[in-house]
Amino acid sequence: MRYTEGEPIRDTKAPEGPIEDRWEKRKFGAKLVNPANKRKLNVIVIGTGLAGGSAAATLGELGYNVTSFCYQDTPRRAHSIAAQGGINAAKNYRGDGDSIYRLFYDTVKGGDFRARESNVYRLAQVSVNIIDQAVAQGVPFAREYGGLLDTRSFGGAQVSRTFYARGQTGQQLLLGAYQALERQIAAGTVKMHTRHEMLDLIISDGRARGVIVRDMVTGEIERHLADAVVLASGGYGNVFFLSTNAKGCNTTAIWRAHRRGAMFANPCYTQIHPTCIPVSGEYQSKLTLMSESLRNDGRVWVPVKAGDDRPVSQIPEDERDYYLERIYPAFGNLVPRDIASRAAKNVCDEGRGVGPGGLGVYLDFADAIKRLGRDAVEKKYGNLFEMYERITGEDPYTQPMRIYPAVHYTMGGLWVDYDLQSTIPGLFVIGEANFSDHGANRLGASALMQGLADGYFVLPTTIGDYLANGPYGEIDEEAVAEAEIAVREKIDRLLSNNGTRTADSYHRELGKLMWEYCGMERTEESLRKALERIPELREEFWKNVKVSGEADELNQALERAGRVADFFDLAELMCIDALHRTESCGGHFRAESQDADGEALRDDEHFAYVAAWEYGEQGPVLHKEDLDYDYVKMSQRSYK
Amino acid sequence: MNLTLKVWRQKSPEDKGRMVTYRVEDVSPDMSFLEMLDVLNERLILEGDDPVAFDHDCREGICGMCGMVINGVAHGEQVATTTCQLHMRHFEDNAVITIEPWRAAPFPVVKDLVVDRSAFDRIIQAGGFVSVPAGSAPDAHSLPVKKVDADAAFDAATCIGCGACVAACPNGSASLFTAAKITHLSLLPQGQPERDSRAKAMVEQMDAEGFGGCTNTGECTAVCPKGIPLDTIAQMNRDYLKASK
Repeated sequence: MRYTEGEPIRDTKAPEGPIEDRWEKRKFGAKLVNPANKRKLNVIVIGTGLAGGSAAATLGELGYNVTSFCYQDTPRRAHSIAAQGGINAAKNYRGDGDSIYRLFYDTVKGGDFRARESNVYRLAQVSVNIIDQAVAQGVPFAREYGGLLDTRSFGGAQVSRTFYARGQTGQQLLLGAYQALERQIAAGTVKMHTRHEMLDLIISDGRARGVIVRDMVTGEIERHLADAVVLASGGYGNVFFLSTNAKGCNTTAIWRAHRRGAMFANPCYTQIHPTCIPVSGEYQSKLTLMSESLRNDGRVWVPVKAGDDRPVSQIPEDERDYYLERIYPAFGNLVPRDIASRAAKNVCDEGRGVGPGGLGVYLDFADAIKRLGRDAVEKKYGNLFEMYERITGEDPYTQPMRIYPAVHYTMGGLWVDYDLQSTIPGLFVIGEANFSDHGANRLGASALMQGLADGYFVLPTTIGDYLANGPYGEIDEEAVAEAEIAVREKIDRLLSNNGTRTADSYHRELGKLMWEYCGMERTEESLRKALERIPELREEFWKNVKVSGEADELNQALERAGRVADFFDLAELMCIDALHRTESCGGHFRAESQDADGEALRDDEHFAYVAAWEYGEQGPVLHKEDLDYDYVKMSQRSYK
Repeated sequence: MNLTLKVWRQKSPEDKGRMVTYRVEDVSPDMSFLEMLDVLNERLILEGDDPVAFDHDCREGICGMCGMVINGVAHGEQVATTTCQLHMRHFEDNAVITIEPWRAAPFPVVKDLVVDRSAFDRIIQAGGFVSVPAGSAPDAHSLPVKKVDADAAFDAATCIGCGACVAACPNGSASLFTAAKITHLSLLPQGQPERDSRAKAMVEQMDAEGFGGCTNTGECTAVCPKGIPLDTIAQMNRDYLKASK
């Protein structure tokens, strides 16, 4: 394989001592910036989702000079807005035995022992403050009749710790962060640039000191300089073309930072969400997720017999296989995402799938409607049912939904230390863009928690420590010019290429290849095939892509082509990472590594590490960060 | 399905703009409206033409980015539906479909179907928030909220800021958008301390942006993909009046 191994990463900067004291210790140890000096310090934040929006707002409020960028027309549209289910917090408002320690424990276990203990513990600690913050902002979480907050349980947990706002929790939390951000914009502490895309990172004297961005309306290439840069640009699930991500989600910001020296950790960890609306045709541009909370009341099943194509109403009860309840009696339909997804794939592989092409399983609410009444079900899940009806033209109140797994969330990302700083000093990475808290598979309702924990609470402390240790000197003018020239050259190259295929058609082909060879299940053979095909396809792309329009105008074809080019490079690294990890862990399922029951078989002896990849002209260089588990004993996950 | 599209093309804000007719063939009824436009754009790129610029992102009906006037109706005739959630099964074969951008003076056209809705952000900046620095919030259970109030606040809070209300209003009013935010925060105890100043500042900003006044026509709520009710405007007016005394 085309990679070499470099020095291991030994220091993650996590403080020593009892795990419950570490964050307190770090906060106390962090140097403070004098309020009068904060005004003179410039911080750039890329992305305005839950992580970026909350970070920019909080940094602005602390008094820093913040410049914020997003590619949408307003920060309120970041894809965090689409998160449906909820946000976890160890409030124990239900008295059902929850605690910070239990949330920490569940998350480490749900991450299949491939996340860092120190980070995850901090996440669980901070989770309680997030709820307080959001409620104070006026986020209208669901409430009980007594006026207190309602909670529900969610995949992978046996306690009721998920706070929610109907099926639109992400929307409400994002609007909270967005409003806080707009408040700072009005106060003049944050300067907002919408419809701008980051195209390169400026490194001066080994430190991140700015970005090159493109104004997507005028096409102008701009340089913005700062004392520190924060990337909050989200995940890269769109490498698969079809995913639950918004169409604009891309990898460019983190990928170009990677090329400038930031290590990329665990790129192969892709979370597959079990409850999406199945693909219906070749033209399809994206997949729509149905909240996992549906599995609280919906029962998942397929016909017992392979090839049974009778309509639902004609399949009697005893010829239905409620396979999750059968295989995993303790968790039933609430098993974690990786388990539910693979189980669905397995029954479809057996020929028992339903709907067009046999790529679907039923999610049935008939029992819930009988038990609770249609009104109650409508109150709880009404908007999701409506959305399903809109897309499929079928009524889920009278016939079961059809669902199938889809790419949802990427658990890899740029490597960061305990301070959320990447391997480039001054470059901080937060939310889905980093890798830090999730490991191999993450549980439901934890992405929102991580984004907001990083943005409201963690980064504002740790970045202060970095800035207090400055100032970091003059910015090298040549480095800025070089980055700008590189960006212009890439754009010129794409526009002058008069080929015969669109960027989207290449993206679709790359996506199919990734889903087939590096998707829900990977084998050595499939990954080697992908690694053969990706470079060929990339070469063809650069020779044959056609991009219409000009550089100095709003040009959506050009935007897409630039992003697809980066997806090719990333896809290759994802496959290399997946190939080298000859174990299965959560979202990364290597078919060669499974137990007799077909469950993921981890290899803790050889793979209890984070794979952090350094960019190298001669191929990637692997740096391993060993993971130690002092508090949660490593054990095989079992949901039976 | 085969369709004839009449699409508004406008190269830049300065360009005069015109309708251009395109023929699109082999459209599947399962396609979303935006996927149908994707198909047209793929063809235009290969022919060396400029693809039709339009805003879109989540394609799940929640981000509020997509928006176009379809056959004269903002987001199309399907009730409570964003353009991305509108599917071609609702159109007849061989239909002629006209597609135009949101039209309102405070929403200048950027290109083709893309308009500038930043006026909405400035209305929020005027006061559409609760001032609470990160880290200073009391325990979430310290302030109970009646379920009916929380639910009603949520109903108003579901506004996605797409701007269809403005595009549909004969006066080009942004009242429904502004009222949704004012109502959301007015119904919660957290929103009370700044209630008066918020209503005043947001309404004044709305006027300053050049949006027209509300004459209770109701077109806004009729096209709203989230069904924000007209009552919110009454609530806004009450709050504004009270604050202005």
